[in-house]
Amino acid sequence: MTRALDVSGLNAFYGDIKVLDDVSFAVEQGRVTTLLGANGAGKTTALRAICGMVRRSGKVDLDGGTIVNLSTEDIVRRGVAHVPDGRGTFKNQTVDENLRLGAITRRNGPEIGRDLDMVFSYFPILKTRRQQQAGLLSGGEQQMLAVARALMLRPRLLLLDEPSFGLAPLIVAEIFEIFRRLNRDEKLAILLVEQNASIALDFADHAYVLETGRIVLQGSAEEIRRDDMVSKSYLGY
Amino acid sequence: MTGIDNLMDKALDKPGAAPSRARRPYRQAWWAATLAALVILPFVLDGYVVFQMTLVLVYALAIIGLNLLTGINGQFSLGHVAFFATGAYTTALLMDAGLMGYAWTLPIAGIVAFVFGFLFGLPALRLEGIYLALATFALSVATPQVLKLTPLTPWTHGVNGISLPKPEVPWGLPLDQDQWIYFFVLAVVMVLLFLALALVGSRSGRALLAIRDNPIAARAMGINIWLYKATAFGISSLYAGIAGGLSAIVVQYVSPDSFTMNVSIAFFVGMVLGGLGWLPGALFGGAFIVFIPQISADIADKGFEGIAYGLCLVVLVFVMPSGLAGGIDLVKRKFAR
Amino acid sequence: MELLIQQILSGIATGSIYACLALSAVMIYQAIGHINFAQGEMAMFSTYGAFQLISMGVPYWVAFVAVVALSFVGGMAVERVMMRPLLKASVFSQVVMFIALLTLFNAGAGFFWDYTVRAFPSPFGSQPFLGFSLLSQHQAGMLGITVLLLGLLFLFFRFTRVGLSMTAAAADPVSARLVGIRVGWMIALGWGMAAAIGAIAGMLIAPVVFLDPNMMMSILVYGFTGAVLGGLTSPAGAVLGGIIVGIVENLVGTYVPVIGGELRLTIALAIIVVMLVVRPRGLIGRKIVERV
Repeated sequence: MTRALDVSGLNAFYGDIKVLDDVSFAVEQGRVTTLLGANGAGKTTALRAICGMVRRSGKVDLDGGTIVNLSTEDIVRRGVAHVPDGRGTFKNQTVDENLRLGAITRRNGPEIGRDLDMVFSYFPILKTRRQQQAGLLSGGEQQMLAVARALMLRPRLLLLDEPSFGLAPLIVAEIFEIFRRLNRDEKLAILLVEQNASIALDFADHAYVLETGRIVLQGSAEEIRRDDMVSKSYLGY
Repeated sequence: MTGIDNLMDKALDKPGAAPSRARRPYRQAWWAATLAALVILPFVLDGYVVFQMTLVLVYALAIIGLNLLTGINGQFSLGHVAFFATGAYTTALLMDAGLMGYAWTLPIAGIVAFVFGFLFGLPALRLEGIYLALATFALSVATPQVLKLTPLTPWTHGVNGISLPKPEVPWGLPLDQDQWIYFFVLAVVMVLLFLALALVGSRSGRALLAIRDNPIAARAMGINIWLYKATAFGISSLYAGIAGGLSAIVVQYVSPDSFTMNVSIAFFVGMVLGGLGWLPGALFGGAFIVFIPQISADIADKGFEGIAYGLCLVVLVFVMPSGLAGGIDLVKRKFAR
Repeated sequence: MELLIQQILSGIATGSIYACLALSAVMIYQAIGHINFAQGEMAMFSTYGAFQLISMGVPYWVAFVAVVALSFVGGMAVERVMMRPLLKASVFSQVVMFIALLTLFNAGAGFFWDYTVRAFPSPFGSQPFLGFSLLSQHQAGMLGITVLLLGLLFLFFRFTRVGLSMTAAAADPVSARLVGIRVGWMIALGWGMAAAIGAIAGMLIAPVVFLDPNMMMSILVYGFTGAVLGGLTSPAGAVLGGIIVGIVENLVGTYVPVIGGELRLTIALAIIVVMLVVRPRGLIGRKIVERV
């Protein structure tokens, strides 16, 4: 079965500086992969490279089809939904408009309507705040809106960049519970970048550890969690 | 990176700043050749062409002034016709009132233009990039209207303009009037050019460059940004004003409709084509302004000059790096191998 | 009193033209963060196009619609061909390009149609509107068309997918790309619309100021003044600003003795400088975020 995402020999650049060096990882269909690492390791860059937001080279295949030379818009249209760090919501637009924008490339009205209902069932708070300006929502609500908007694309692959950032632990747990449901019920493949290693490893099936632009460790989430180096450096014990 | 962006980087390599060892003799040769050519010209060419070359020098002076503001200090101006007109009308008014000879009007034209430029530069301090371009754009468009103001007509003669007498050849020199005017203008331009170069090479000049490149860092180093920027505006206007005064003397006529947006654009185009910051470049820019209308009038009806300007700019932005300066460097690099 | 009302109405009518140009300016500003100095010349060029069609016997409204459509396409083409490569370039490069466009369109008009001043027909006539001496039919027509245009634009941005996409692309191009919006095309659309609106403005004002290649330069400045006054980030502000400028200009011209009519551009300049220095976001615009 082709992988949802297959990245091999990926290099990424900011200007002339090489930030990712020969990086390889994958997300299996319907599974969750997590990229771990400290600040500046290149995790966010990896997501940006997949989406074509930085200069990159190497192999990036989505469901077997190459996307490494496409523009961001085209990659998104192939079914990659990216929830960036900083949420990326349209602050001056309402919740409703944000969700409509998530589906802006889709044609089928009734299907979009059904997805809207689906999204509201996962995030009921958004329904109550439907006509509010997105910029006025709390941090947790904005995160939910960002994910909901990504779901409106009906993506094949969901990229999550530090979804726990700046959120209270209770909210984080709530959000990750929703991610679990999405992965389980919608069979959504997810690539998760997280600094919070323990919650990421709880959730993911596979894990890769990045250090200054290179993969230094990989394996199943279980294996990684038990690894000495990881538990000392990233899990704190 | 477009050609224009290369141009801005090039500006760091200014005459006055220490050029690299390899370039020094080359650059000096260029200067000597240009100067020699300029001195010989009026004896070789006929009267009308000498007149045109004089205008080229006048425009080159204005372009050098604009350069000081935009190239060195990074402030935009699409409004330099206003300062040019200020100088021109100051000269014209003083001469018309019989108050003084043409030569003495120039410092006054310069000072008046400086004051005006400095004053305009003050509110302009708060404006950056496109906003400054917009404000100066409006300044240009407003200029002819201001010159036609009815209450000022007793002096400016409104739309009719002011006619001026042609300067006489002094001290019995063996030159005809066109040649004398040419050398007079050449002398003024050379003096002002060397002053400009001295400024750029000085500490103040480096301060101006620093402000252009990184205003925050400049301020952190203790440079009084506001004073420098407003003064840069003033100095740039001074140059434009003296150029304006010279143009009044050379053309022997000023009228409001000579000072339109097109003149500002011409200066701007000349500066861009010349390649921010080079004397030969400014001359090339000036030549472009003066001769393209001539040539295009021979090719086709009026209007073609604008098309020529426009096309040159387009080509410049996309193709030829750094205006003339860049084109020559490109050639130099090819030959260096 | 009647004179005052007449002047105010007249100011609103001309102000509506400034509002159109202000709106075009805001559209492009929202798309690329820059001001297109060539807008007036593009509008003038479109107006000449209409003139050409009408002289060749095409009925006025057919020519009107054709020119609006062609200007739309032309505006998009200009953006895609000439401005797109410069999207990442410096302000300086882009300003040079605007100036290039300005000279090309101005010279082009002079080249194809020469510099004699011409009359441009009005489909409304110059009779008093509804018998009132307060407003001529043409002025009423200017107002009417502008209101109609604004209404259509409002509906477009509020209720259509493309409108929402354009708004999103202007507000946050990165996020817009992440939902799949082709931001480049949205920018082109903005230019197309700005050009079309400019053409409408040109065709409406030409009967009043007469057609010549330099007719739009000062009108453009008034348009920019309106945009700066209302707020470069606010379409509604642009309209409001344009109308205010129209009224102020008219009243100053009528009531300030001797030089009132001659100070209009100076006043516009003063407004621009004061607004940009004191309150750059305009009367009702949002705070302009510095694009570092």
